[in-house]
Amino acid sequence: MTSWLTAEWPWYVAGPLIGLFVPALLITGNKVFGFSSNLRHLCAAIAPGKVEFFHYDWRKAGLWNLIFLVGVLIGGFLAFHSGASHDVAISAATRNSLAGLGLHDFHGAAPREIFTWHALLTLRGFLSVVVGGFLVGFGTAYAGGCTSGHAISGLANFELPSLIAVFGFFAGGLAATYFILPFVLGGV
Amino acid sequence: MSTTLVSEFDGCGAGSSGQHAVRPEFLPVYLLLGIAFGFVLSRSEAVSWFRIQEMFRFQSFRMYGIIGTAIATAALSVALIKRAGLTSASGEKIEIPRKKLGSGIRYAAGGAIFGLGWALTGACPGALFALIGNGVSVMAVAVVSALAGAWIYGWARPRLPH
Repeated sequence: MTSWLTAEWPWYVAGPLIGLFVPALLITGNKVFGFSSNLRHLCAAIAPGKVEFFHYDWRKAGLWNLIFLVGVLIGGFLAFHSGASHDVAISAATRNSLAGLGLHDFHGAAPREIFTWHALLTLRGFLSVVVGGFLVGFGTAYAGGCTSGHAISGLANFELPSLIAVFGFFAGGLAATYFILPFVLGGV
Repeated sequence: MSTTLVSEFDGCGAGSSGQHAVRPEFLPVYLLLGIAFGFVLSRSEAVSWFRIQEMFRFQSFRMYGIIGTAIATAALSVALIKRAGLTSASGEKIEIPRKKLGSGIRYAAGGAIFGLGWALTGACPGALFALIGNGVSVMAVAVVSALAGAWIYGWARPRLPH
């Protein structure tokens, strides 16, 4: 393995590569790049209940995307097992900010002081994983898209709804970072 | 009324393009694209909780560079595809349906709610799955929670402002 394949990629390599998934999906099958609709497809497939929103032909609308999802799991697995294990190279300022909130472990993709099965039973783990996950699912379903569907596909097509959504993403993200996270991490 | 195609409220994904069933011979292509996306997302570190914190704290250009160049690349590609009037490999004319604006409330409110979750989990929906692949297995719980969130939205949808 060469180091360029195992270490993190610079933004000017990673960004354009991510952007290329938009034309790749359009050219393959006229599909619009948008990951969060998979949550709707999974609800429709597993537990549609009596909710109209989940009564549609999910195979026809979303089988391609669910298969893409399986690929994302595999891709993450391959990246992890071919990658070099290292502390994340975040800026000193971020390291200091997070240390100020009580985090000490900067190894891996998510802090082990929050994102482990053991920490799930703590307030910080519950709020980050269970409540955070719920907000991701509810919010992207309400907004009709996430980072891929709105921030990338939508903005690339110059759509006003996506611009509003992206402002919303940042409003929520900033509020959580500055007002909620200090409380969540209070007990680390 | 049961929606066989796409609900009018659905702005993104959920079959918002490609009204025809996918031809089975193309499914491996979507699998390969997904694998590539999971790999790129991991190497970009856009799946990293730490990088998302760095972004929301405006302490590095990195994530803005990634998102900015991703949008620019996608926008240029979309413009070229439209200009050329391309047909997809599966034989459809390539079209990107425009999202309905409505009152805009769904985008602002839904966006902000997702933003809260994005900062708390450090992950957008694609990253949740890529992270499970990266060995952060507890994110499977976040996925179940996200499904619960999407389900509750679907249930509450007739009563929510859009």
